[in-house]
Amino acid sequence: MQGLKKMNIFAAEAKQKSVPNEETNPSHVDARLDIRHHGDVTDYQTIGSPFVDDAKMSARNVDVFYAEKQAIIDVSLDIGRNEVLAMIGPSGCGKSTFLRSLNRMNDIIPICKVSGQITLDNVNIYENDQDTVLLRARVGMVFQKPNPFPKSIYENVAYGPRIHGLAHTKAEMDEIVEHSLIRAGLFDEVKDQLDKPGTGLSGGQQQRLCIARAIAVSPEVILMDEPCSALDPIASAKIEELIDELKEKFTIAMVTHSMQQAARVSQRTAYFHLGKLIEVGDTKDIFTIPRHQLTENYITGRFG
Amino acid sequence: MNNMNKESNYKTTAAIQASLKKRHAAERRFQWYGRSAVLTGFIFLCILMVDIVGKGSPAFTQHFIKVDVIFDRETLGIHASATPADIAQADYSAAIKSSLRTMFPDVSTRVGKKSLYRLISVGAQYSLRDMVVENPALIGTTREIWLLAHSEAGSYLKNQVSKDSPESERKIKDIQIKWLETLREEGRTESRFNRSFFTSGDSREPEMAGIKAALYGSFYTLLVTFLLAFPIGVMAAVYLEEFAPRNRLTDLIEININNLAAVPSIVFGLLGLAVFINFFELPRSAPLVGGIVLALITLPTIIITSRAAIGAVSPSIYQAAMGVGASKLQTVVHHVLPVAMPGILTGSIIGMAQALGETAPLLMIGMVAFIMDVPSGVTDPATVLPVQIFLWADSPERGFTEKTSAAIMVLMGFLIIMNALAVFLRKRFELK
Repeated sequence: MQGLKKMNIFAAEAKQKSVPNEETNPSHVDARLDIRHHGDVTDYQTIGSPFVDDAKMSARNVDVFYAEKQAIIDVSLDIGRNEVLAMIGPSGCGKSTFLRSLNRMNDIIPICKVSGQITLDNVNIYENDQDTVLLRARVGMVFQKPNPFPKSIYENVAYGPRIHGLAHTKAEMDEIVEHSLIRAGLFDEVKDQLDKPGTGLSGGQQQRLCIARAIAVSPEVILMDEPCSALDPIASAKIEELIDELKEKFTIAMVTHSMQQAARVSQRTAYFHLGKLIEVGDTKDIFTIPRHQLTENYITGRFG
Repeated sequence: MNNMNKESNYKTTAAIQASLKKRHAAERRFQWYGRSAVLTGFIFLCILMVDIVGKGSPAFTQHFIKVDVIFDRETLGIHASATPADIAQADYSAAIKSSLRTMFPDVSTRVGKKSLYRLISVGAQYSLRDMVVENPALIGTTREIWLLAHSEAGSYLKNQVSKDSPESERKIKDIQIKWLETLREEGRTESRFNRSFFTSGDSREPEMAGIKAALYGSFYTLLVTFLLAFPIGVMAAVYLEEFAPRNRLTDLIEININNLAAVPSIVFGLLGLAVFINFFELPRSAPLVGGIVLALITLPTIIITSRAAIGAVSPSIYQAAMGVGASKLQTVVHHVLPVAMPGILTGSIIGMAQALGETAPLLMIGMVAFIMDVPSGVTDPATVLPVQIFLWADSPERGFTEKTSAAIMVLMGFLIIMNALAVFLRKRFELK
């Protein structure tokens, strides 16, 4: 009875604006999950190969706190140039939090504190002189739920380039919009209705519109937070295809709950558990010969 | 084991079935409560509307009496060598009186004559003057001219006074009724649309009183209110909701804003009197001061509703805008405000409607004065519609009763226009 009440309080807290629901309360994740790993905060070691030679972004000893609660514990991880890195793990393991700290999206949440070092092209993005506007233009983001602006399809894509002053004439802007929509594989479906509201599209189309919006500012890295979780398998397949094409030009880090998806589109996979980075490695290795018991439990479906 | 399960399943079904009837009945009952509440409200609204429209609609017509006006030089007091200025100052009231005496030659007593003169409005002489000034050739002729009836005579002609009631209980005398009947039979009375109700200011004579001055006063006052309250209110709401840090000071400000919304409006009137008129020496009775005071009253409403509207904007919009690198200000201006605008407009219109109907604080700053002239700016003395209604409702003359209701109709028309504007703007913003 009391437990129920507590859950209700959590639910109420989760409703509050801009506080991500799971990550704030890692403690209420089922304790059984932590079968093998009871270790202290500091004495764990990430298994596998978190570092790569030519890293686009790299995190070193990153801790993230929501007020008193630690959501990310001492994570060090590289994201290689033009690779797709998949982050998997049970709900509340901190993978989304980690993703959002890569473009300082967590800054919006006042109680969130990040320590450690995250670099983009060897420059610490948490230095004081780093401007989040520039950072977010270089590190774009696609969210879990498709969130097009309540404006026309054209405006959705043109907004980023416009505020950053990337196009000087209408023709240049048209070019950017068309190009982005083509890259997002949406152009043929919407070319006759660019002035229609973006919110009128189907879920899968909306998510591709959001991807087009993200790539319109030519970012170097794209972060995707469970981009297919609100979509049906057909729409998901399209997005996966798209991610595969996009890696030619962009570096992509994605969070996913679908292990098949991670296996299909990513080159490297990182497994998070209760805020810790348990294992990182080539995707095929993680899914065929996982070295950590928790990873194995998770990918074989024993929980999660 | 299996049996027990079956039994408990059966029990559950039976229990639910037993309670179903009760639940449905409760729902039906609740719906009926709702319906009767809506119906009651609607009935009261209907009664109010029927009463006001019934009382107010006669005010939109007025009666004229055709009089054979003798423009006699001597009566008017215009000499052969009179200048246009002399013509403008001639005694037109005497001309009307002598013309009436000619029409009813058997009236001889002083009281009788006085009753006879009271058939025609005091204002009629001014319309005669204007005619003669425009066309001096009228002097020396006799013309049939429609003159505005006195409000009591008009009231009788509108069948608002019963002939059978005792003479002491009505202002119009039996003899006047006889004359009016004669005039009516001769086709010398006519009902026309009351244009002067919309083209003139207040007057001591009910038949000449109009709402133009109050209408303009209300317009100027609300203009000042809107220009002050809307930008300040929306900016305060945006700052408090989006940019201000959450600490004790902002908590205190928020509590104070909420409390200000509940402060009686007459207190704001006192403040206006003490600060704006006595200290800053702004003009008394002016729409400027009235507008400032009403803006203070409206601000909390606008701030609270705007904050609610901004707070209701989905966080995904923020994330989307931040995600492509928009700054906080760009996020708010480009995405949050357009989405919140319908709510902000609704709140502002509610605030403005509240301001439009506000009377008490305006009494404090002197907008209750008797204003005949239409104000031409925000610093001219003026009154506003609700105060005009208050003034007329306070007047003993019967003619003002219908004017009161008519002014309420105009005020409600004003409100409906404002609401329609709000709906229109909301639709426009929602389409985009």
